Amino acid sequence: MIYFDNSATTKIDPSVLATYDQVAQTIWGNPSSLHKLGDRAFQLLESSRKQIAALLKVKQDEIFFTSGGTEANNWAIKGTAFQKREFGKHLITSSVEHASVANAFNALEYLGFRVTHLPVDKEGRVNVNDLRNALDSDTTLVSIMGVNNEIGTIQPIDEISDLLTNYPTVSFHVDNVQALGKNIWQRVFTPRVDFSSLSAHKFHAPRGTGILYKKEGKMLAPLHDGGGQEKGLRSGTENLPAIAGMAKAIRLLLENEAAKAQKEAAIKGKIVAYLQDKPGITIFSPVSADFAPHILCFALEGIRGETLVHTLEEHDIYTSTTSACASTKVDEASTLVAMHIDNKVATSAIRLSFDETNTLAEADEFIKVFDQIYRHFATINHLGE
Amino acid sequence: MKYTEIMVRYGELSTKGKNRKDFIGRLAGNVTKVLRDFPQVEIHPRHDRMHIVLNDAPFKEVDQRLKKVFGIQTYSPTIKVEKTLEAIEKTSLSLMNATFKKGMTFKVNTRRSDHQFLYDTNELNKIVGDYLFANMSDLKVEMKHPDLVLRIEVRKDAVYISNQLLHGAGGMPVGTGGRAVMMLSGGIDSPVASYLALKRGVDIDMVHFYSPPYTTEKALNKAKELTGILANYAGKINFIAVPFAEIQETIKEKIPEGYLMTVQRRFMLQLADKIRAKRKGLAIFNGESVGQVASQTLESMAAINDVTTTPVVRPVATMDKTEIIRLAEKIGTFDLSIQPFEDCCTIFAPPRPKTKPRIDKAREFENRLDVEGLIERALAGIQVTAIYPNDKFLADKAAEDAALL
Repeated sequence: MIYFDNSATTKIDPSVLATYDQVAQTIWGNPSSLHKLGDRAFQLLESSRKQIAALLKVKQDEIFFTSGGTEANNWAIKGTAFQKREFGKHLITSSVEHASVANAFNALEYLGFRVTHLPVDKEGRVNVNDLRNALDSDTTLVSIMGVNNEIGTIQPIDEISDLLTNYPTVSFHVDNVQALGKNIWQRVFTPRVDFSSLSAHKFHAPRGTGILYKKEGKMLAPLHDGGGQEKGLRSGTENLPAIAGMAKAIRLLLENEAAKAQKEAAIKGKIVAYLQDKPGITIFSPVSADFAPHILCFALEGIRGETLVHTLEEHDIYTSTTSACASTKVDEASTLVAMHIDNKVATSAIRLSFDETNTLAEADEFIKVFDQIYRHFATINHLGE
Repeated sequence: MKYTEIMVRYGELSTKGKNRKDFIGRLAGNVTKVLRDFPQVEIHPRHDRMHIVLNDAPFKEVDQRLKKVFGIQTYSPTIKVEKTLEAIEKTSLSLMNATFKKGMTFKVNTRRSDHQFLYDTNELNKIVGDYLFANMSDLKVEMKHPDLVLRIEVRKDAVYISNQLLHGAGGMPVGTGGRAVMMLSGGIDSPVASYLALKRGVDIDMVHFYSPPYTTEKALNKAKELTGILANYAGKINFIAVPFAEIQETIKEKIPEGYLMTVQRRFMLQLADKIRAKRKGLAIFNGESVGQVASQTLESMAAINDVTTTPVVRPVATMDKTEIIRLAEKIGTFDLSIQPFEDCCTIFAPPRPKTKPRIDKAREFENRLDVEGLIERALAGIQVTAIYPNDKFLADKAAEDAALL
């Protein structure tokens, strides 16, 4: 089996699962309980938070546990919009965000907020000048992703940060679900970033847990009211086994980060080199410092992405149309559409996403298999004639 | 480069005669205690300095512990080398490379007790100085106030080289100041007062009052763990836990609210005094600071102190809270002190305690109680624990957490 769909989810690391298992069975008290079982759970919860904070070089109080990336994104966006509604009702995002960001903004638009969707260039990147023009005195939030989940574009978070330094009252959220452990963290998590989302199952940790980084002092309305966990901002009994597993997974992820990213880049590079200049193939994720090392999106003219995914599946190779979350829907990839890619090409796109568990041998095997498929379809569609 | 020995200079040089001998003897004993898990270390106390021969014990670790031994003014890590010019030069260079930073000034200072050695002090100063100049850049010599003094001592057996003067904790060796009991609550002030008592050489036993089930096991363990931090300065501290719930319940039942606190404190002081007498201490220390809370006004102190003529020493009496906190941070007790576990001082605290209690009234109310019986029963229930540096009591699961995470 070749699993090239790591941006959809990753396989849980056995040692992370062991931590999950051990915590679930031995440290199962409720962290809010007064007795020693609760106390033990609370200690581990805070140890996890401390470790994550240290690894991300932030303060322990700035790490909030959520049920995953979707919740973290919803919370940062709606929480900020609600919290600051008296100061302004204008919000800015890009037109290539993940559905959990895009639809959170849609919901706010329905509630009467004004939302600007920044356009992107042909590489899927927003332009800082567009953002500058969009900002007004009513703006309370800017939310731009760090790494695009469909084609891997690294957004100019550093330039945006420079610009927003002049707008201290505007909150800045960065969806970094695809960005951790790819050796680009400083570029997408600048000191100007106020909120940032992470999802555990994207780096070999359990589902159902994630993180919202919230800069010290930033106000955020809670979306989950209840027992007052997470400093009263995110109620709900903490998912301790998953949180502990996530803390461990982040530690493992960031060990030899550069070497792992390099390995992913090598796999991507090898496949790009093969696809390059093939008639009928369009590559959306060039080998470049401005694209993430682990995402490769390309289209084969005349064949629907879905068909290609299933054809590869027959050879035990697992890939995806541009975003797993959207891939069961009929509508075409939103990032490619925002890039004004022709509909016919956009619907032909597939995404390969790698991680450090993949090998160059798998890249070779993929190329071998894909070459047969390509020749077959190329003949049918008269590519290159 | 590896340090082979440490030269220790004593503090409070004014002590003389038998006191001085006692001072040095105690200090040697205390150093031995803190280094007890390095059996290879040799300690040679002399009348003017103490030499610690490391015998491969790690200097870094020894250094951290020496910093907390009272009675040490300064100390210098030293390397012993054979008596050849080459060895002296090489070691001098590596010492300088390890400590020199751009912009620093230095000088070479040679002493020679072996007058048979081939070179005299001036020659050695010059030869080593030249060698350093030839092998390092940005060096600058300064005779009067150099940043670094490279000290070369030529003795009969070998040559000893050092270039650092590290500051010790000062003060007097613990034990030279006699014995006393310390009333330790678990707050910010009493650990600081303990530190100051130890600094003046007083050997203290901790007296801690606890009131289960009103106070939790955690509050008791917190006080013990604070003692573990302070034990770094003493080698070992006895922790005496005194059950106080019966006394508090009785007082709550029978004493008017305004005097609850005053009478409680009088009991505490009486208990501390009884324990002191039994353990042959000479004084009682506590962490009171004038005017900080109702029990610490001068009127309150007078009404409470009324129960004994034993000296009650209050090291932080005149310090501001911010000064106390700064010291607590320095000695490493602050973070633990602010952990919010209720201690016995707060649970029965009346909403409106008298800030100016009267001694006669306090006595009168107290006489309504079976003072002797209460004190006897409390003393019968005391538990003594010997606490060593950094002993942990608050179920510290850091190691287990680290293994999981």
